Amino acid sequence: MSTVVRSVGPAPASLRDPSGPARIVWTIAAILILIPAAWLAEFNPATLMGEASLRATGQFLATFFPPALGLDFLELVARAAWKTVAIATVGTTLAVLIAIPFALIANRQLSVSALAEERMCFACAAVRTGVRWLLIALRTVPEIVWALLFVRAVGLGDAAGVIAIALTYGGMLGKVYMEILESNDARTTRALLVNGASRMQALLYGTLPVCLPELVSYTVYRWECAIRASVIMGFVGAGGLGMQMELSLKMFAGGEVLTMLAVFVALVWFADLVSAALRRWLG
Amino acid sequence: MHVSAFPASVTDSASDTLTDPMLSSLDGVRVSYAGGVAALDEVSLLFARGEQVAIIGPSGAGKTTLLHTLGCAIRPTAGRVRVLGRDPWAMPYKALHRLRSELFIAPQSPPLPPRQRVVNAVLAGRVPQWTTWNALKSLLHPLDAGAAHHALAHFRVEDKLFLRCDRLSGGERQRVGLARLLVSKARLLLLDEPVSALDPALAKSALETLQQEAFARGATLVVGLHAVDLALARFARLIGLRSGRVAFDLPRAKVTDALLAHLYGADLGVAFQEPPSTDDARLRVTRCL
Repeated sequence: MSTVVRSVGPAPASLRDPSGPARIVWTIAAILILIPAAWLAEFNPATLMGEASLRATGQFLATFFPPALGLDFLELVARAAWKTVAIATVGTTLAVLIAIPFALIANRQLSVSALAEERMCFACAAVRTGVRWLLIALRTVPEIVWALLFVRAVGLGDAAGVIAIALTYGGMLGKVYMEILESNDARTTRALLVNGASRMQALLYGTLPVCLPELVSYTVYRWECAIRASVIMGFVGAGGLGMQMELSLKMFAGGEVLTMLAVFVALVWFADLVSAALRRWLG
Repeated sequence: MHVSAFPASVTDSASDTLTDPMLSSLDGVRVSYAGGVAALDEVSLLFARGEQVAIIGPSGAGKTTLLHTLGCAIRPTAGRVRVLGRDPWAMPYKALHRLRSELFIAPQSPPLPPRQRVVNAVLAGRVPQWTTWNALKSLLHPLDAGAAHHALAHFRVEDKLFLRCDRLSGGERQRVGLARLLVSKARLLLLDEPVSALDPALAKSALETLQQEAFARGATLVVGLHAVDLALARFARLIGLRSGRVAFDLPRAKVTDALLAHLYGADLGVAFQEPPSTDDARLRVTRCL
């Protein structure tokens, strides 16, 4: 080490990291911004660690053991878990059905009218922009808000959860599908289009061979997210494991909560296994 | 070393070009890209049905732009284009897209999706003739694997039929791209450096296959070529392109070394700097084959 330094000579002032001061300034600024934010959010570690809260938390956590393992209860949980998976799966399937046509319409790479000219026709561009906006609107509203709306509309139960997932995830999937399809090497589709293939044919023979694994893998990842989301939406009455968990939480039945948390972890782990297997198969 | 005579006979029979209803032509064509630089300028050329023409010229001369303009993939900034006797830019765009299925543009590096299987990459040349439903069905089970195999066999890559495209070498990819042309039904074939990744012997046989196919179909064949030797050996008509303009448009016999030297200017290819052999020019151009 020292020999290296000797051979180079004393370090000149210019070796000082030029971005060092800026980093210090930004770190201080971030802390200065965070403190009032925490104060605004009424986050005070002292409250959390206060004797009263610690005792309340401790008492509640103590009720977690032993986990509830009654046969009736397990059957109930199994049915709720199955419902959660069903809500996520049906919701994601509907979302895919919403997303595919929109992603195809909005895709600029497959535009025949823009093939030989700089711009595509006005009407086509207008439709594409409209679809983009619609997708933004769909995914801007969080699924839990959709769920609350539909719980009012179609009543408590699974249907509200399914519709909520279909709408929000349809918007998300549509946008991501669009981006995945457009990230494809444009020359593969262009070569087909200039030789007279139709939009769909160019998609089938130019885009999908490259993009299909990514599309499937993202969809499966979204399905995984939908399982989590459907648990959360259960809390507002949209069916499934979340609804049961809320009931148990309200009744301070810690043992039941623990069992359901365990089932929930197992569910997510299972979803992860399925998606990993699918991705490996497609790889 | 023989110089195939059959392209010459094709050209001779298609000499009364102006009355040909399937004429393809450029008339005073100018193509400028964003930024205002003209890739083609004042280009006027006629291509009779069944004619086989090589386009040569230094890199950036506009060979690719010329092929794409002739293939309705670029709309000229100025001038008129006729493609197979029709004016593409006066047609409704659905009719224009139908016209596109009658021509085939083969880009220099065939854009094959890496995960696609060779059989589908080849049959992609046939999809313009198919319904979307059939195109979809063919992805699940190839509709005409026989045609794909036959086309690949012409370029000696039939053993790759069910391999994925990302398992191919550069030369194999290029030949798969050419096999796609063979299964198409196009009557105007526009090839951009079709044999650039092939060794000399393969390049010669691949070009011969393409020319025979074009001849059998009565299709017009326009090929952009870097290898001047190959162009001289296999094409009866040569068009020299330089800086977006037509430098010459001559039958093979009238293309002199001086013209070629001028065409390539400072980028003078090694081929023309070597001391002239005692034989005639025709023998020299076969040196590379």
